[in-house]
Amino acid sequence: MKVTKLIVLIVTIALLFTACTPAPTEVPAPTDMPAPTEAMPEPTAVPAATEVPAPTEVAMEPVEIRFTYYADGVEADVMKPLIDKFMAENPDITVVLDVVPYKTIDEQLPVQVETGEGPDLARITNFGAYKGKLLDLRPYMADAAYYEANFPKPILEALTYGGYPDALTITGPYVNKTLFDQAGIEIPGEGTTWQEWTDITKQVADATGSQYAISIDRTGHRFAGPAMSMGATLTDAEGNFTVDTPGFRAFAEEVKGWHDNSLTPVEVWLSAEPVNSCIGPFKSGQLVMCMSGSWQINGLVKDVGDAFDWIVVPNPTGDGGSTGIAGGSAVVVFADTKYPEAAARLVEFLIQAENYSEFSAGTLSLPAQKTVASEGVAFKSDNPFVLDALKAYTAEVAKLTDQATGLNVHPYAFAYYRNSANRIAQYLSGELTLDDMLVNLQKDIDAAIAEAKK
Amino acid sequence: MVNSEMVRVKKSIGQFFGTIYDGFVSLLDLIFGTIQKIIGVKGMPYIFVLPNLLIFGIFILFPMLLNFVYAFTGGSAFFPGERPWVGTDNFGRLLACENYLVPNSCTEDLFWRAVGNTFSYVFFQVGLMVIFSLITALILNRKIKARGFFRAVFFYPVLLSPIVVALIWKWILQENGLFNGILISLGFDRIPFLVNAQWAQFWVVMISIWAFMGFYTLILLAGLQSIPADLYEAASIDGANPWQSFVTITMPLLTPVMAVVLVLSLIRAVQVFDIVFAFTGGGPGTATLYLVQYIYNYGFSSPNKQFGLAAAASLLMAAVLVVLTIIQLVVRKEEN
Amino acid sequence: MGKVTRFLTRTRGRKRLTWSDGISYGYLIFGVIIMFGPVIWLVFSSFKTPGEIAKFPPRFLPYKQETMMVSGYDEPLPLYKINFEDGSSRTLAQVRRIGLESQLVDPANPEEIIKVNIKQREPVERVNFGLDNFKEGIESFDFGLYLWNSVVVTLVATILTLLINSMAAFALSKYKFRGRQFIFIVMISTLMVPLSVVLVPVFLVITNVGWNNNLLGIIVPAAATPTGVFLLRQYMLTIPDELIDAARIDGASEWRIYSQVIIPLAKPALAVLTIFSVMWRWNDFLWPLVVLSRSEYFTLQVGLASFQGELNVQWNLILAMTVLTLLPITVVFGFLQKYITTGIATTGMK
Repeated sequence: MKVTKLIVLIVTIALLFTACTPAPTEVPAPTDMPAPTEAMPEPTAVPAATEVPAPTEVAMEPVEIRFTYYADGVEADVMKPLIDKFMAENPDITVVLDVVPYKTIDEQLPVQVETGEGPDLARITNFGAYKGKLLDLRPYMADAAYYEANFPKPILEALTYGGYPDALTITGPYVNKTLFDQAGIEIPGEGTTWQEWTDITKQVADATGSQYAISIDRTGHRFAGPAMSMGATLTDAEGNFTVDTPGFRAFAEEVKGWHDNSLTPVEVWLSAEPVNSCIGPFKSGQLVMCMSGSWQINGLVKDVGDAFDWIVVPNPTGDGGSTGIAGGSAVVVFADTKYPEAAARLVEFLIQAENYSEFSAGTLSLPAQKTVASEGVAFKSDNPFVLDALKAYTAEVAKLTDQATGLNVHPYAFAYYRNSANRIAQYLSGELTLDDMLVNLQKDIDAAIAEAKK
Repeated sequence: MVNSEMVRVKKSIGQFFGTIYDGFVSLLDLIFGTIQKIIGVKGMPYIFVLPNLLIFGIFILFPMLLNFVYAFTGGSAFFPGERPWVGTDNFGRLLACENYLVPNSCTEDLFWRAVGNTFSYVFFQVGLMVIFSLITALILNRKIKARGFFRAVFFYPVLLSPIVVALIWKWILQENGLFNGILISLGFDRIPFLVNAQWAQFWVVMISIWAFMGFYTLILLAGLQSIPADLYEAASIDGANPWQSFVTITMPLLTPVMAVVLVLSLIRAVQVFDIVFAFTGGGPGTATLYLVQYIYNYGFSSPNKQFGLAAAASLLMAAVLVVLTIIQLVVRKEEN
Repeated sequence: MGKVTRFLTRTRGRKRLTWSDGISYGYLIFGVIIMFGPVIWLVFSSFKTPGEIAKFPPRFLPYKQETMMVSGYDEPLPLYKINFEDGSSRTLAQVRRIGLESQLVDPANPEEIIKVNIKQREPVERVNFGLDNFKEGIESFDFGLYLWNSVVVTLVATILTLLINSMAAFALSKYKFRGRQFIFIVMISTLMVPLSVVLVPVFLVITNVGWNNNLLGIIVPAAATPTGVFLLRQYMLTIPDELIDAARIDGASEWRIYSQVIIPLAKPALAVLTIFSVMWRWNDFLWPLVVLSRSEYFTLQVGLASFQGELNVQWNLILAMTVLTLLPITVVFGFLQKYITTGIATTGMK
């Protein structure tokens, strides 16, 4: 009796272990992977692990760096071959690309970095959020002069020389050209005001029976450009935010008018999407004009197909000019990295004109790298709309006002972005009056900045 | 033939797991037996409770206590040691208000909006869900064919993750969703289900009922089935109609189960978060902004990283919840 | 015919369907539509192309435009039905579209280009349950790895939960010891505080323990669920103490009593906890999102969220992958629903 039980016991335990842990000979786990405790099944052992390049004999002392990445579209797919190329040239370095939800970049990454649990590199959008947490790359670079010379100084300063902007974005409106053609209305050009656009798109919508005329993404970022064009000064010389300005009011009232007169898809501002963009209704052909930005080009090509023609028009004009807002993402290296040389080598590889241009071409994004920008990017598309749109956006870059360039590198820009979207939505839904909205928004931004400065 | 085969397979699967379990138990018996020899029977309950208590203490209780530290400190630093002491400032900010019924007169207007929204949500959600669950349970308690199937159907949504529930319903209710498609094809106008404050509040209540009611239906059904059938027979012999027997027999005998259902759903309703977060994101405006989302927004969401404020709000909320829990315990005690 | 009707309308015990039976079945069938309909709508939507997803009014079934290889063209061309002004209509293949004009060819006569206004064309479509979204979804992220992680987390966490919760419940229900009441009350009072409220301190603790980016970080902390302890304790209270005393007289160790007497008797409650634990772990999103940032440890739910960028959401992939994550739990439920529903009914009210 006892013997059988003992046998059963041994067999059971043996079964349990073989079931959970792979035979060690099968796939050699990368040596400096954080080893979970022995009880844990080694997750890298599943077949899919082939994606993670196991260090081969070439690697004498393999260094593994982690690159936390997010993608709006094809960025990760374009980045992977570049990284493979880098690893082929640098067999001593393994780069693991962790593609995470944007939510992780937005919410978890700052906390991870603060607790020293962050990755070595990351793709971020909040340029000012990591003051003092980024590695000054220049001492580690073979040619720091190339790095400094090829990127706009304000951006590098905002990043404290801890990374580079991998793509430049700029906000600007898309217009459904087919609807204009069908309505027999000329698409207005440079110098048109927002009021005029509202009227014209309404005429087009009425003539063609399309559901909506005009809309703008739900974010303070997109909202700022038109507000500035209408004369708003959002930040003063010391970098303090003031939202209650005539220009800001004017554009808020304009957007409120769209909502009150049913000119706009209200779900963009009043409902929850992970991303509240007017590009959805625009893609389905129901919207005449959508104020979004250059990063949408890829998706438009993919989703619109030949259902209709779309073009990018110049940002509407007002007392404050005709400006969009610059933006973009950046690849940064954190100061806590154990392998600063390896991380710097990767960055230096990625900023080389050849590789940078490869990324811009594949992702259809505007380059922030000066050499690449001046040489021109051979965008991987033969779609005439894409090339026109990229040209139109490139023209918009030149029109950026100082204020508009400065907003995205402002250390507390994100306090303004998120809060303004929520507060303006309260105004649009009728919950707050314009005055109350501005007072509350100012209060939110001040509180967030005060807390951050404590 | 096939059936007996199935039974045999089932049996041998059962035996397989049985042997695994026996082996596992025998192994642990060696350890626990030794411990028992050392500390005696009196000490064993502590050993039994220890693993759970350890994990509970480290990962649940301790963080909750840490929240006190956050609540009394300010700044955006993450480590408690780096945070400056601010006393009761955070509570002061939350509670400062000229008129509690007008959120806009409060310093933290969003907090008070969230409190108000949570109250109305709890009231309607719990009330309606109990009514729906009761009706469903009553119907399932009738002589119904395929009762098991219907019971399973009503329970199925309980298994879905909140994110999926929100996704499914957003897909149906959005401006260009299925419902509006049907309305248009029937010749009606669209209804702004998600962007009109009242509609959004209504649907938030409805989808949480959709997602949770199966669970409460089952509990109520069990309560109904435990009522002896001869009581009804006696009543019908006395000439009582179905409504009379419902009022005189079902209602009073179901009260204890009903109380459990009420309290459980009440506590759950106060915690409403993930479904709504993914469904309306708190909008339109702040029409569906509830307490937990308010706390989450300030706690982990990036631009407003004000851990102190979030912690203070969560302590206020926890106080309410603990009171609710105590009420539940009292209810259960009385029931016994 | 009459026999069939009688069979269908037969009720147990009674001869005919009464009006109240009619209402009951009506209600239940309505219930089936309300409870299942939305899920089926999701499943159908997951087969749709991005363009079809954006279409309004939405169509219930997924459609795809027909294409055809036409000699002289390298790519398959989309087919349209063209309604000419004279009332006739033909099916033609579109070569290109320029502005409001569509240029088409007759597949039978590919030389001649026919130009029509795009208002005259209607795409030729057929119902298509293509797996493109699923294929693209699975390929664009490490589906196998995430699935494995999810399975490991769910299984290990559930076994751990069952073990330590039942041990604690056993101690709390069957022994009288100093501190019992205190432990119980502390557990119960935390029962109701949602995780999202203590996310920051929890993250701090996990970081200090060093379980960031470690599956242990999502398996262990949630295992000590107060809900489970509470549920099991309430059930074990109903097991008569005489059984324990008898076993003790027979010389069984305390562990033996727990494992051979209490556990078999608490099976219904354990079954309920099992399904809840599986459900919680499988669907868990917030906690893994906080703890995991390295992709080799991602669970399915976190991987799924990666389709949401800052500026763009890939709806077709999200829908398809959501349907995939629904599958296992639906299948498990399909097989075990009888035990689950009766189990909850019998333990839930204890």
